[in-house]
Amino acid sequence: MSTMPAELEIHTHEHYLNASYGIRSWLLTTDHKRIALLYLASITFMFFVGGAFAVLMRLNLLTPEGEMVSAETYNKLFTMHGLIMIFFFLIPSIPAVLGNFVIPLMIGARDVAFPKLNLLSWYLFITGSGFALYSAIAGGVDTGWTFYTPFSTAYSNTHVLSMAAGVFITGFSSILTGLNFVVTIHTMRAPGLTWYRLPLFLWSLYATSVIFILGTPVLAIALLLLGLERLFGVGIFNPSLGGDPILFQHLFWFYSHPAVYVMVLPAMGVISEVIPCFSRKRIFGYKIIAFSSMAIAIIGFLVWGHHMFVSGQSIYAGLIFSFLSYLVAIPSAIKVFNWTATLYKGTISYATPMLYAFGFIGLFTMGGLTGLFLAALAVDVHVTDTYFVVAHFHYIMVGGAVMAYLGGIHYWWPKISGRLYPEGWAKLSALVVFLGFNLTFFPQFILGYLGMPRRYHSYPAEFQVLNVMSTAGASILAVGYLMPLVYLIWSMRYGPLAPANPWQATGLEWQTPSPPPEHNFEQTPVVTRAPYAYDEMEEQRV
Amino acid sequence: MSEMQAVEAHEAVAHQFDDMEQQHDAATLGMWIFLVTEVMFFGGLFTGYTVYRSAFPAAFAAGSRLCEVLLGGTNTGVLLLSSLTMALAVRSAQLDRRKHLIFFLICTMLLGLVFLSIKGLEYFHKYEEHLIPGSRFAFAGPDARQVQLFVYFYFAMTGLHAFHMIIGVGVVLVMLLLAFQGKLTSRRYDTVEVAGLYWHFVDIIWIFLFPLLYLVDLHK
Amino acid sequence: MTHVVPARTYVLVFAALLALAIGTTEIARIDLGPFNAVVAITIAVIKALLVALFFMHLLYTRHRTKIIAAAGVVWLAILIALTLSDTLTRNWLPVPRPW
Repeated sequence: MSTMPAELEIHTHEHYLNASYGIRSWLLTTDHKRIALLYLASITFMFFVGGAFAVLMRLNLLTPEGEMVSAETYNKLFTMHGLIMIFFFLIPSIPAVLGNFVIPLMIGARDVAFPKLNLLSWYLFITGSGFALYSAIAGGVDTGWTFYTPFSTAYSNTHVLSMAAGVFITGFSSILTGLNFVVTIHTMRAPGLTWYRLPLFLWSLYATSVIFILGTPVLAIALLLLGLERLFGVGIFNPSLGGDPILFQHLFWFYSHPAVYVMVLPAMGVISEVIPCFSRKRIFGYKIIAFSSMAIAIIGFLVWGHHMFVSGQSIYAGLIFSFLSYLVAIPSAIKVFNWTATLYKGTISYATPMLYAFGFIGLFTMGGLTGLFLAALAVDVHVTDTYFVVAHFHYIMVGGAVMAYLGGIHYWWPKISGRLYPEGWAKLSALVVFLGFNLTFFPQFILGYLGMPRRYHSYPAEFQVLNVMSTAGASILAVGYLMPLVYLIWSMRYGPLAPANPWQATGLEWQTPSPPPEHNFEQTPVVTRAPYAYDEMEEQRV
Repeated sequence: MSEMQAVEAHEAVAHQFDDMEQQHDAATLGMWIFLVTEVMFFGGLFTGYTVYRSAFPAAFAAGSRLCEVLLGGTNTGVLLLSSLTMALAVRSAQLDRRKHLIFFLICTMLLGLVFLSIKGLEYFHKYEEHLIPGSRFAFAGPDARQVQLFVYFYFAMTGLHAFHMIIGVGVVLVMLLLAFQGKLTSRRYDTVEVAGLYWHFVDIIWIFLFPLLYLVDLHK
Repeated sequence: MTHVVPARTYVLVFAALLALAIGTTEIARIDLGPFNAVVAITIAVIKALLVALFFMHLLYTRHRTKIIAAAGVVWLAILIALTLSDTLTRNWLPVPRPW
């Protein structure tokens, strides 16, 4: 027990943070752990930029007239909020931060397969973000994050091209990350680490990477064609040539639907790590969860037309897409059942990552079930383009993905920083996030069902109470998000030093010091046990 | 393996890999995955093409007749030959035949440049005949607007393909430089093999572009 | 050590490719109605397979590389098929008349 004050204690072993100093050692690093931190800083910044747009929207919606900003400005606010949150925060979040940091550690490797490509991915992300921020500062985009033609190609007077360029460039960042992860997992596993011994976080990141690889290029070509059409006035979405604006939607949603699984699969992977650890039990149905991840990725590519039920798409295609959308819910539900079964008769402890995991399970289930409402053609006709849809996807993306992201950050924080975060503050902020989230978004289900349309700066007066509740919730949610920013940064200097395995978790990443040395392991580990062998661990402790 | 060869082999292995075999495995897997992304990238254009050809078959046929089969066909032969020379180049690297490797790489590069020149000529002809999509597009025949749509696809698809060819020629040039420096030996040939995979893929795209753009309706 | 393909194999594959290229051009001059497209695509697929299996060594590589290459083709087929399921069936249902 040290008598020195906490702030003067530092780790004495050489690790990836103190191995070299100076800005060049960070900006030219090929160490996956440093690249993960570069991503952490950039996406956190983009999160608060996207959040700022949301704050302005919610403030405007305090009154039915919505005259805090003009209708045109409001269009820009929801567009920029959506684009930045989806492409520059959610999609990279867990894969590029937690995935980059943890994957080589989890498989017992020294780095990813292509470290320089990994750094290039980050620079592509930064370049894309630069274009996005330029578009925001220069006056914004007002097409909605979906860039629908012909408004985006022929009528919008905003910075569509620079924004599309930003998304296009960032897309290549994800493609290269996905490629790196797949090759790493295939070729660099430690001896004894067979596919069915892999942690489920890796299965879900593998499935995510498959989506990156197969889906993102189609978004890229859609944006390229949109740009060409906007630049040259001639194009394939141009009705005056016989072109079909709905073709743009097909190409756009072919990626953008699987993109939501990009956002949720890694989140599910985090939950699959956290739940066994804080129940001290093997996960229930390991193989089923692994296959469900792949099933979600694959079936997720077959449902994109459910975003287009009222677009003018053929009703026969609508029938096919509706049916397939019901199918994709099945593997997600299976996972929820398996996590619940893991909790049953487990020795449950309520550390912060576990609190976020509980939040995820409840909120993701609600979001997922409301997705089934939307998959029904007849129901969708009434609730599409209303706040019902907005609530549905925020339940999954914020109540689900962001909470899992925060849970994962807290779970691996000791490994990443070598410090323990303050548990009391962390639990409090998890609670604040949960309460703020529900107050923000539950009223939106009701609003949507009652008919309030999305993407409008004003609304009928009878909806004001629910809107005020939603804005109040948003302010609480904002506090909940600011708290971790403060205490996590605080912990990097003043937090107690973390041991190698503070959670007594299974997994190779916990077999190396916190923070890890630059090359991760002194000796390549050999794996002999099944994953999540918490029962054996508990037996050994007794 | 001699001591010098063993040292050379060890130096060629990047720090994250355990041995050359793992590195080779990773490199080829990585390139194949990248090619899958390229299939989906071009695939968006093929999708649009399929949608519109099924909607406007006559206009697409008329548009296809505007494409010069002699030039396109010659280019097909040129690219197929370049794939042969590229495959032979990789084989030469596998067998440590440095002079052959350099010869075949030069052939591949020259054939690529021939392809690009012929393509440039085709584009120039289109320009002369006022067939560039846009305000100056002039087609005297029925369904002029849908024919313009076809020509737009022609330029988009062959243009994207040509862009990839230019990169391919650059990659082959880099391989040439490495070959001159003696770095493409049988123990380190994964670099040129990976370059070969890219080159063949660009050839495969053309294998589909040729019939879809040039051969829709030759029998009128 | 990976397989070295004999030069003769490569040359034979090239000869086949060239023959198919000439073949597809000549067949296009014959009016087969809708089958022109089918034949042209079939020949293109055969040519692509020859390049992939022999020049790109797909025939000689691990199982998993074949699966990955196939996945790319299958996914493109999904994109095209489901998009066509919309565009080809749009006119099937008559547009309802306004009230």
